[in-house]
Amino acid sequence: MTDQDTAVPVLRATGLVKTHRAARGGAEVRAVRGVDLGVGRGDFVAVTGPSGAGKSTLLHLLAGLRRPDAGEIHLDGRRVDTLREADWAVLRRRRIGIVFQTGNLVSDLTVADNIELPALLAGHSARAARERREELLTDLGLADRADAAPAALSGGERQRAALARALVNDPDLLFADEPTGSLDSRSAREVLALLTRHHAKGRTIVLVTHDARVAGSADRVVSLFDGLITDDARVDDTPPARGIRDVLDLGG
Amino acid sequence: MRLPLLALLAKEPAHGYELKQALEQTFGAAYPRANIGQVYVTLGRLEKAGLIEGRDVAQDGKPDKRVYAITDTGRQEVAKWLSEPSEGPRVRDEFFLKLVLAPETQLADRLTLINNQRRHYLNVMRGLNRMAAEERGNQVSQLLIEGAVLHLQADLDWLERCQEELT
Ligand SMILES: Nc1ncnc2c1ncn2[C@@H]1O[C@H](COP(=O)(O)OP(=O)(O)O)[C@@H](O)[C@H]1O
Ligand SMILES: [Mg+2]
Repeated sequence: MTDQDTAVPVLRATGLVKTHRAARGGAEVRAVRGVDLGVGRGDFVAVTGPSGAGKSTLLHLLAGLRRPDAGEIHLDGRRVDTLREADWAVLRRRRIGIVFQTGNLVSDLTVADNIELPALLAGHSARAARERREELLTDLGLADRADAAPAALSGGERQRAALARALVNDPDLLFADEPTGSLDSRSAREVLALLTRHHAKGRTIVLVTHDARVAGSADRVVSLFDGLITDDARVDDTPPARGIRDVLDLGG
Repeated sequence: MRLPLLALLAKEPAHGYELKQALEQTFGAAYPRANIGQVYVTLGRLEKAGLIEGRDVAQDGKPDKRVYAITDTGRQEVAKWLSEPSEGPRVRDEFFLKLVLAPETQLADRLTLINNQRRHYLNVMRGLNRMAAEERGNQVSQLLIEGAVLHLQADLDWLERCQEELT
């Protein structure tokens, strides 16, 4: 167990269970089988594990996109798993940013409008929304794709645009499902830099990743196997005993 | 470090300290720092093997310095080194031995071993991330770090497979 010293964790999940029931009598899949997770304010938590381990399901539960079969979720000490969809929608507009594995762009809006829209919906002025949009487009190397339609983007561009959309309201709590999943190594670095900056502002991040670089940037790595947490490791800045030499030793 | 030193001398003659500096400048902080003693020892061996030739050069008010030049045999050795494919990365076989044998010993369980190993890799990964930030602008360093990152990625993925199969 890792200790969460903060009085009230930003996010606290207890006993989460979720079973997917396939349509027309298909087999049940017990995707999440009893997960307890506390996330402190300002934590950067990476969830890793093999494909099918239940990572996406867990993230969807935590972000309120699906309801658990059992267990509770508390946000700032307030129980939220029982909230109505309309209340979740408010939370998502104000406090929570989400990046789906498949991206979450509105297909008939341009990239720029996609990014700007959540800011306008949250009540920011048109000018503020546009400024924030421009900043994110530049940070993510998408400036020249601003007027493109989502369908015209490459997988990596779509993923970055989805991240920009999730970050435009500067959410306290960001959920992201494999945000560097289909990115080449240069774009992955840009995304990671942006996430790190967001975290450095004191924001909380919970993301699912397979990317060693992203996991290594988190300060906590949770391993999920078969719907259960099998490890919860704090990664701190103590250099490993043998240093990083054995990785870099090229022989010769 | 034998062949990298020889390769540097294929460009131009140099003395030990210059070679140490050239290594550091070329590879940046990502490469394990050369130890000057080790450089001198290696140069001594290369000379004995006839791959380089040393010549003492007098310096004003300082002890002589020994400048080394590559020989024809040395040049052939570098050419041969460059022409051969290099040994691929090895599987972390020591960890695998531990993992397979642990249950027999009843001294540790596999999940604990896997978790400890993962934590170690993540720690190393964090070090590499930090180094990548510090070495920004050094292209050679960045590539070296990227190579190390990809190895670690493979190690982590493989650890996941071990956990799936063996726990
Ligand atoms: N909507 C769904 N309906 C049925 N089964 C699902 C659904 N979503 C996920 N699953 C199944 O639940 C398990 C966990 O899936 P998921 O949470 O996507 O895992 P991960 O993100 O770790 O790959 C898998 O076996 C998957 O096939
Ligand atoms: Mg998934």
